[in-house]
Amino acid sequence: MKQILKILGVLLAIFAVWIGLLEASVVSQSYVWLLPVYLVLSLGCYGLLMVGIGLMFFPTCPQEAQLLQKEILEAKEFLSSKGVDMGSD
Amino acid sequence: MEKKNKYSIIIPTYNERLNIAIVIYLIFKYLREFDFEIIIVDDGSPDGTQDIIQQLRQVYGEERILLRARPKKLGLGTAYCHGLRYASGDFVVIMDADLSHHPKYLPSFIRKQIETGASIVTGTRYVKNGGVHGWNLLRKLTSRGANVLAQTLLWPGVSDLTGSFRLYKKSVLEDIISSVVSKGYVFQMEMIVRATRKGYHIEEVPITFVDRVFGSSKLGGSEIVEYLKGLIYLLLTT
Ligand SMILES: Nc1nc2c(ncn2[C@@H]2O[C@H](COP(=O)(O)OP(=O)(O)O)[C@@H](O)[C@H]2O)c(=O)[nH]1
Ligand SMILES: [Mg+2]
Repeated sequence: MKQILKILGVLLAIFAVWIGLLEASVVSQSYVWLLPVYLVLSLGCYGLLMVGIGLMFFPTCPQEAQLLQKEILEAKEFLSSKGVDMGSD
Repeated sequence: MEKKNKYSIIIPTYNERLNIAIVIYLIFKYLREFDFEIIIVDDGSPDGTQDIIQQLRQVYGEERILLRARPKKLGLGTAYCHGLRYASGDFVVIMDADLSHHPKYLPSFIRKQIETGASIVTGTRYVKNGGVHGWNLLRKLTSRGANVLAQTLLWPGVSDLTGSFRLYKKSVLEDIISSVVSKGYVFQMEMIVRATRKGYHIEEVPITFVDRVFGSSKLGGSEIVEYLKGLIYLLLTT
């Protein structure tokens, strides 16, 4: 099944539950009418939160950059000694 | 005795004269105990990348490093297809030439594949022991945003969609690559999403990503637009 259909399916299921709640009127109607708004808001918050968390704990590796510099020198030295043209570009 | 696997490492290059020499040095440094070949797909780089590769072939052996050049810059996706045609290994590694994919991780890709029998092992930057160096805040923000969007909408099954440091069973790569139509940036994302949908066993290993030191990136400005188009395309077709 195409991904877009899966997502529509999820939305449809949520919609059905909502209609069900409206019909059954177990909880206050005015409250039920606001549920989709809450849903959109919480989705937005979820997105922002995930991006925020991702940024806060963004994994960095400064020591890797240093190690790489060392290996670049090592490679240049070895390859130059083998006659490979390592002139800087 | 068990037959030893052979690994074909495909590296597309465009103006990577200095980088490719260092990458090849590092591959030979870290893969001593493995049977492998390196396939360079160079798109007529004007900076003399191909001359350097010929020199490296003299140092390391002409049968270990294959140069499969194309006359002009034809894009990354087709470069992989082109390289794949000449691969003689049971497994294919795809990596960039710009030193942001460090060959020291290759043994962990291979070990992971052997341990799990996975069809694809993909490098991920966003887990413990992974990481990125050299990105500014904006670059990090777009990367995280793109990732959250893709995880929410595509359910791709891997944590790092756009990374392109991967090991494939050769038959699996041939199978997926034939159904991938995206170009450029979105290509890697489409590859892994299609693989997930086809039910292939995918494993992840942590990698660190140091942004390129020499030369310049060949993928330019409109990346975000391309990404969003790609996302919609994948929503509709996978
Ligand atoms: N053969 C070939 N290689 C390319 C082309 N465009 C990019 N590359 C190579 O693909 C790899 C990734 O490109 P890069 O510019 O670093 O992309 P970025 O890492 O996403 O910024 C590098 O090894 C490039 O040399 C192309 O049109 N043809
Ligand atoms: Mg790069």
